[in-house]
Amino acid sequence: MSGRVLVGVKRVIDYAVKIRVKPDKTGVVTDGVKHSMNPFCEIAVEEAVRLKEKKLMKEVIAVSCGPQQCQETIRTALAMGADRGIHVEVSGKDYENLGPLQVSKIMAALAKKEEASLVIVGKQAIDGDCNQTGQMTAALLDWPQGTFASQVSVEGDGLKVEREIDGGLESIRIKMPAVVTADLRLNEPRYATLPNIMKAKKKKIASVKPADLGVELTSRLEILAVEDPPQRQSGVKVESVQDLVTKLRDSGTL
Amino acid sequence: MFKIINKQTLRQVGSLMHRSQSTLVIAEHTNEKLTPITLNAITAASKLGGEVSCLVAGTDCAKVADELSKVQGVKKVLVAEHAAYKGSLPEELAPLILATQQQFSFTHICAGASAFGKSLLPRVAAKLDVAPISDIIAIKSPDTFVRTIYAGNALCTVKCNEKVKVFTVRGTSFEAALTTGGSATSEQVSTPVPVGMSEWLDQNLTKTDRPELTSAKVVVSGGRGLKSGDNFKLLYDLADQMHAAVGASRAAVDAGFVPNDMQVGQTGKIVAPELYIAVGISGAIQHLAGMKDSKTIVAINKDPEAPIFQVADYGLVADLFKAVPEMTELLKKK
Repeated sequence: MSGRVLVGVKRVIDYAVKIRVKPDKTGVVTDGVKHSMNPFCEIAVEEAVRLKEKKLMKEVIAVSCGPQQCQETIRTALAMGADRGIHVEVSGKDYENLGPLQVSKIMAALAKKEEASLVIVGKQAIDGDCNQTGQMTAALLDWPQGTFASQVSVEGDGLKVEREIDGGLESIRIKMPAVVTADLRLNEPRYATLPNIMKAKKKKIASVKPADLGVELTSRLEILAVEDPPQRQSGVKVESVQDLVTKLRDSGTL
Repeated sequence: MFKIINKQTLRQVGSLMHRSQSTLVIAEHTNEKLTPITLNAITAASKLGGEVSCLVAGTDCAKVADELSKVQGVKKVLVAEHAAYKGSLPEELAPLILATQQQFSFTHICAGASAFGKSLLPRVAAKLDVAPISDIIAIKSPDTFVRTIYAGNALCTVKCNEKVKVFTVRGTSFEAALTTGGSATSEQVSTPVPVGMSEWLDQNLTKTDRPELTSAKVVVSGGRGLKSGDNFKLLYDLADQMHAAVGASRAAVDAGFVPNDMQVGQTGKIVAPELYIAVGISGAIQHLAGMKDSKTIVAINKDPEAPIFQVADYGLVADLFKAVPEMTELLKKK
């Protein structure tokens, strides 16, 4: 009951929004579009807060990298029960280039600085769909990783993690300090209540710059184009099951 | 005469550039058998134009190494056998890959974008201080790749200027390499000292006689509309008539109708079968991400407004509890 948990939270376009690609093919339209916390990050925060409630961890720190608006995402984590926040300010061109490699360097530097014994992040962000940050953070720290976790339990100085793998589930035991990435089935995130939202306003969010952490943001990946995927031809409605089977047979599908 | 020399020189330079590409594919396997997605990754690796090597690491590699040596396009099979590779833990495999990379200096390192590849390759990339590229669906040139973002709603073309390109390959976007006709040489690689900070305990795999979901030719999927786990029996019966795999939407998994590993979608499995039959699935963005590259899509849903009908080639507005058994009967008749 001494550990400190660092939770990574990302601000992304809300999962229910139908995105639009910019006409100049440089990216997707983000201005005026509803943003919220990445769903997998909510699960990560929930898990961290539960560990604290079980008195297995003493403090939960929520971290987000990006522009000013990320503070709202951190605020949400604070309302869910995180103790304090760290906003790593990245904007403009640097923010466009901010990928999992840069974020994992920031997370690793903060994990050391804050003497965290556990880092929890979501398994992937639903915008970039990279599924890399947790693994890379673990690598940079030389810590073990429990990716795609659907169950986490503290056992002595380590963790038992049940992972979602292709054919089913597997269990591993990893030593702490460690990095865990949350899968959908890890838990059901709580809603922040109004009193907790009010309380969260009093909690501290520290602002730091990547340079303060000794992290360089240069990227050697270049986005050449972002385009719409090919559109499917519109289909037909069939009247009966017989009709459906006949059509599938005639087209050679069955 | 000068022209001839020039042409020859050019050709030499060309072939040199060709030869300078070399790719390492990390083989995924169960010690008994190669996992099929590795064959798709080998095809992707072959498209880069250079020499393709495969690394087999495990507790017992002989069978898989032998299987790989016959796969078309593979030049060299590197074998690393050690008790520490039990459960293919990334903490143990990453140092092995780094040591192998030091010895052979590959320009590209890849694996299939399965749970195994997704867990391992970013760890390797971070150690090499390079940004990896996930789940690529096309290779435009040795440094330019296409992948999807935003649950498959946008295609992103990325140029990678890293010294080593580390990427995972979407299995359904590349054909499987032929498992015969190859003649690769085999070589043992030395194994680093075990790290010992993680331990594999056990596995609980879902047992099924049906084809594997991600490589099945026909997939029948059920959603919330099935109402219970018992009702999934209707889909199993239908699937059996078509030798199909059975998938599910997140709603069906969350409701406990079926296990997690059957989930199709942005955060589950990506499938692209010849025929995908969506039964009682509304067609949320996150589900479409996992199946909209299927060749033919059929939707059976009682709600005519369900978004699934916008991507379905054939849509049937009907009660699934009547339509599915009827379809099973019709298929039995031939």
